[in-house]
Amino acid sequence: MSDLTITVPRPPLPGFTLPLTAVLGAIFGFVAGNVYGQPWIGALGGAAVGVVIAYLAHAMSHKRTATRWGIIAVLALAGLLAGGLGAALSGVIIGAVMSWFAYWLDSGDYRKNVPIYYSAGQTLWYNSFLFICGLVFFFLIAPLLPVMWLSFNAEDFFTFTPEMLNFQAEGYSLKHYRNFLGTEEWMTPLKNSLIIAPFATFISVSLGTLAAIGLSQSHVPGRQAIMAVLISPMIVPLIISATGMFFFYAPLGNWLEANLGLSQNFVGYVKVILAHAALGVPFVIITVTATLVGFDRSLTRAAANMGADPITTFFRVQMPLILPGVISGGLFAFITSFDEVVVVLFVGSAQQQTLPWQMFTGLREQISPTILAAATILVTVSILLLATVELLRRRSERLRGLSPG
Amino acid sequence: MKLTTTLMASTALVVAAGSAFADGHAKMADSMTVVSWGGAYQKSQQNAYTIPYKEMHDGLEVVWDESSAEAVAKLRAMDEAGSVTWDVVDVVAADALRLCDEGLAIEIDPEKDLAAAPDGTSAEEDFGELLVGDCFIPQIVYSTTFGYRTDMVAEGVDPPSQICDVFDLEKYPGKRSLEKRPINNVEWALLCDGVAKEDVYDVLATEEGQQQALDKLATIKDDVIWWSAGADTPQLLADGEVFMGSTYNGRLFAAIEEQKQPIGMMWDAQVFDLDGWIIPANLPEDRLHRAMDFVKFATDTQRLADQAKYISYGPARASSAPLVGQHAELGIDMAPHMPTDPNNAANTFLYNYEFWADYRDDIDAKFQAWLAQ
Repeated sequence: MSDLTITVPRPPLPGFTLPLTAVLGAIFGFVAGNVYGQPWIGALGGAAVGVVIAYLAHAMSHKRTATRWGIIAVLALAGLLAGGLGAALSGVIIGAVMSWFAYWLDSGDYRKNVPIYYSAGQTLWYNSFLFICGLVFFFLIAPLLPVMWLSFNAEDFFTFTPEMLNFQAEGYSLKHYRNFLGTEEWMTPLKNSLIIAPFATFISVSLGTLAAIGLSQSHVPGRQAIMAVLISPMIVPLIISATGMFFFYAPLGNWLEANLGLSQNFVGYVKVILAHAALGVPFVIITVTATLVGFDRSLTRAAANMGADPITTFFRVQMPLILPGVISGGLFAFITSFDEVVVVLFVGSAQQQTLPWQMFTGLREQISPTILAAATILVTVSILLLATVELLRRRSERLRGLSPG
Repeated sequence: MKLTTTLMASTALVVAAGSAFADGHAKMADSMTVVSWGGAYQKSQQNAYTIPYKEMHDGLEVVWDESSAEAVAKLRAMDEAGSVTWDVVDVVAADALRLCDEGLAIEIDPEKDLAAAPDGTSAEEDFGELLVGDCFIPQIVYSTTFGYRTDMVAEGVDPPSQICDVFDLEKYPGKRSLEKRPINNVEWALLCDGVAKEDVYDVLATEEGQQQALDKLATIKDDVIWWSAGADTPQLLADGEVFMGSTYNGRLFAAIEEQKQPIGMMWDAQVFDLDGWIIPANLPEDRLHRAMDFVKFATDTQRLADQAKYISYGPARASSAPLVGQHAELGIDMAPHMPTDPNNAANTFLYNYEFWADYRDDIDAKFQAWLAQ
């Protein structure tokens, strides 16, 4: 077998590696030149650097690692001289990417993962496809990174200061985190969100699951129509639902206050929780209905046959099998409530101010990086939560022997 | 079972507490929702008004709602739904006039409802011509004016000091930020197109005058970034994205003195406007008494002067002006930063409420159409 290793012919330097690396260099140069207001001169310089790197990669093909470190060091030094620590870091990144690219092309590695009979066009498409996939991830994730970075800003603006770009300690501070964690202004909304979202989720999961199970029975009359009505909060523009809910819940709240003697504050929470539960129900119905498609009806008949009443059957047989659908529906319902700003603006009063509401007013009235600190904390918490749920799911699958991993 | 018991018990408690209060001394509610603008402005109100007020009234709960920007729409909706949850609302004078016309705010009698000055001057005289409309209780004078980046002025050029420098792209190149509505912009445009200050509103009342203002604005349209929130211009200036921009003077003060940004003030042709309280109509008796009591306290001479310790907006009472002291944290004299200071107010413009009440919809439509061209 070992004598069957396929050797890819090295592509020609002037016709392939050199121009492609120069183009990549020109792109980097264009971006870097833009900082100094000279994008085209930057592009030209970048192309020249690309040519040099391509030539080095070709000439020093046997000393790959050492040459790459050398290129990185030179570009980092150039960056340090030109614009301090921040530019040096850019130099390291650009050097790493460009030297990798040059060697990848020059050594023929770009053909490593494609069948030997692929034409040039097919290889190009294969690599472009990977590149596009990478870009998709980049555009999904990249907007979050400056948000996290800026949240450590020492100033009260959404601006990268020169100190920040050069990684000087005085450009950074945790004051926006202190402001988020240490003031009523942010802690009360956080508390409200953490009260409203779980209650709303609980209500929508209970009602949504029951509705989905009922609607999956074939003998229910008018199933399609009922389904359409229940799904409608997801389809109707939120602002319309919000206006309607406002006029629906206001008299309801007045009645509760006047006749049951409940406090205005308590009634406010009830109104927002009910409104959010209505918004969350469609998500639960859809996910649970989807899981019910794969549910084997003969299991409930078998349970009945063995003497279980419908409630026992539901909790002991049906529920465990549709649990993944219920949980993901619950997650959607939770996020809907936790992210919701329009309905709560209408239905809630100031005592029920939620986190998105506070972020919304904060962003409109004062562009304060405290919002970024809040966003960073929320993103981190969501990532941890989702990772935990996923790990637990895998563990239980492993325990049940459903997956090989 | 347990839940029902708890619910019933708490209901009984609430009812008992309610009736106990009804018999007792307090005709005033022990909770109050104050609506304001958020940010540094709301903080100044908390420091100057509600913190001392809460010290005087034990057990009072004050809830803040940062909804002043939507005050008119929300009050209309609340009124229709029959559940007004706001007790005191901070609005600009123009909104107060609209709310008053629609019967959504109660009328105020300055003699009876507001405190007299310490020297005995009546409230009516103390507020003077700032008492616009029957429902509006003035609080501060603010102005819309320009800030510019001091480090972006070219070598050997004087920093901008005239309103018409905004329109001078040769001497002061760079982007400008202007508010995305005609108010103030069309006045400034006409002033810089050779119209005398006293004729501005007469000219603006005509079709040709409105076109003239838009034509003048068109000369810099390509260099304008339009803002809609008060925080936009300070952010754009801090970023260096614009060379100069209009915003509220308190925002510029915060950016310059508190955030130490390289920004300068240009007070020329600043436009004065008023901000103050209204009390919504149809409040229950106890909440109305609370709101009236609070507003009387919060607009007395000392309280208005106190607010100027935290933000650079001028107190609406003449008797408060001599009491304006130093900034509470920075320790600098606040008087020179007030829009009403004689040095800053050499050339000012008072927003004409009646004109804009009549022409706002019309000019707004033309302006938005012009923007979209």
